[in-house]
Amino acid sequence: MDHLTRLENKSIYIIREAYYRFKNIAMLWSVGKDSTTLLWLCRKAFFGKIPFPIIHIDTSYKFPEMYRFRDERVKEWNLKLIIGQNEEKLAEGMRPGRGSKLDCCNELKTNALKKVIKKYGLKAILLGIRRDEHGIRAKERYFSPRDSQFKWDYENQPAELWDQYQSMVEEEEHFRIHPILHFTELDVWNYVKREGLPIVPLYFSKNGKRFRSIGCVPCCSPIDSNAQTIDEIIEEIRTTKTSERSGRAQDKENIYTMQKLRALGYM
Amino acid sequence: MNTEEQTFPIVIVGHVDHGKSTLIGRLLYDTGSLQPDKFSEIQKSSESLGRNLEFAFVMDCLEEERSRGITIDTTQTFFKTSKRRYVIIDAPGHREFLKNMITGTSQAEAALLIIDAVEGIRDQTRRHAYLLGMLGLRQVCVLLNKIDLVHYSEEKFAELKDETIDFLNRLNIFPKFILPISAIHGDNVAIHSEKTPWYKGPTVLEALDTFEELKVEEKPLRFPIQDVYLMDGKKILVGRVEAGKIAIGDSLFLLPVKKKVVVKQIEKFLEKVERAFYEESIGICLKGKHRVERGHILVGDLCSLISDELRANLFWMDPTHYQIGESLLFRCVTQEVPCRIKRIFKKFDPALMELIEEDSRTIGGAEVADVLISLEKEVVVDPFNDIPEMGRFVLERNGRPVAGGIINQ
Repeated sequence: MDHLTRLENKSIYIIREAYYRFKNIAMLWSVGKDSTTLLWLCRKAFFGKIPFPIIHIDTSYKFPEMYRFRDERVKEWNLKLIIGQNEEKLAEGMRPGRGSKLDCCNELKTNALKKVIKKYGLKAILLGIRRDEHGIRAKERYFSPRDSQFKWDYENQPAELWDQYQSMVEEEEHFRIHPILHFTELDVWNYVKREGLPIVPLYFSKNGKRFRSIGCVPCCSPIDSNAQTIDEIIEEIRTTKTSERSGRAQDKENIYTMQKLRALGYM
Repeated sequence: MNTEEQTFPIVIVGHVDHGKSTLIGRLLYDTGSLQPDKFSEIQKSSESLGRNLEFAFVMDCLEEERSRGITIDTTQTFFKTSKRRYVIIDAPGHREFLKNMITGTSQAEAALLIIDAVEGIRDQTRRHAYLLGMLGLRQVCVLLNKIDLVHYSEEKFAELKDETIDFLNRLNIFPKFILPISAIHGDNVAIHSEKTPWYKGPTVLEALDTFEELKVEEKPLRFPIQDVYLMDGKKILVGRVEAGKIAIGDSLFLLPVKKKVVVKQIEKFLEKVERAFYEESIGICLKGKHRVERGHILVGDLCSLISDELRANLFWMDPTHYQIGESLLFRCVTQEVPCRIKRIFKKFDPALMELIEEDSRTIGGAEVADVLISLEKEVVVDPFNDIPEMGRFVLERNGRPVAGGIINQ
């Protein structure tokens, strides 16, 4: 079995395991390449008919290309979409550039997600994070419990061996489930290529710039790149000396911002 | 798919402070796998704590890990040699984080055991080595680290090497190489050190490249049912092939009831398949109508052990003790059955390599034991050495994994 097929089969196993365990489950879709890969794997796991809703946390500051891509896929793949927003904070004027990144991400992403989880009574959400993205994410489990305050107890994570994942949490808790934790950035692109997956055009170079990681418009900077095709992106990543999230502002504010955001329930 | 994309998983184990995280930082640095922005982040963080450059911070990136100077949780990172890509798994050395060490080790195909040349073999060296043997990790190299602190002495190295080989052989571990290294200075990590001219063996990088990928062997089919989906009027049994292969038309047994069934179809999204192999996640439709549920197992032969009592070797990971009679959940592949430990024949402390007690009533954190498990209903298992996937299990208490075990007979 080749490398990508092995990764894919492991992910499908985890997705099915999660659905067996929790019927009130949903998938978090940022519309980026990783969660679009996860979405595709969910389609494979359920033979094209995903039996749970897909959540898009909309800070309202995403790129127009992302909204367009989202709506096209929802139609094409017949997805049940839930859009989550922290309307209260948006109305109060919370936006990137006002206050700290930590506060903005926490309100418009984490707290928006909290509201959705509460409203729909979700016990588990599937997320497309990967170990090689960030040192903190490298410490994640496939099934990662979160307490009622959404806190991640990263000092006391459950043991996880032989594909036996923790099966229960307390009443007020939920699971974050990470089926593509073992993919690298390069694996994702190779997989996108192999499967012929559609991808947001922002990843491709325009006027010598492209986005390597996408999120909210004010907090993402493009990198210098001439990669206009998936093959060129793969070649670029293979040889790059810069880390993937170097264009993401929230990682830069303070070296532990990501740890703090994640401890508060950030993805 | 070119082999460059394959990733070979290795775990680094050993006693606390013997240099696991430092070695990994060094490996990344020396192979050019450390991105410049990551490197400057580590420089800044080391400076802010008033220290020299801490290679360990590549892996130890929790604020608590850096300020306390320890590894708390297992972590993984990628790097490349000219031969292939690796996933390196760092495992914490403290006894209290044993479950994290096991989590890391269970995902590896080979191990580097690191031993401080000044301190020699310590409690967690012994415990980790014992667990490597128990978890079935046979490919091991030993790194005698901090060789600079014993003045690159050949005599000291030879002495410690003999002691290490002797100790590991008793655990049925036969290390491929034993290397004198200094992770902090990079001696014999990526390049042969001029300070150990007496050492003719490989560097760490060269030693890694000698590890072999595990071969998939011909085995009888084991297909545990993970779930049953009803789709467009079809009943699809989903699961993963844990051993052997399966093809349309195969005549199989459904265990534990031993019912004969025939494979009608193999289902994969957007693919037409006639057969499926080891590690494949698929769906299956059977001919005729059958009562099938999660935990049932499709097999090609009747060699598995089907029983409601199992003799096994356990390692206990949870800080809270087990009391005989207490209820647990047995989990092996997709089987989940309530159980109790009926007898604890022998209890052993791998850190001291000594027997603690015979016929005990409790098992505590980080102990291993030879036990008899009594299950609420029959389960299907195979000896670990024949089919590892079917011969290892996890015990859960209130939904949380507390122990792992191996079926030996």
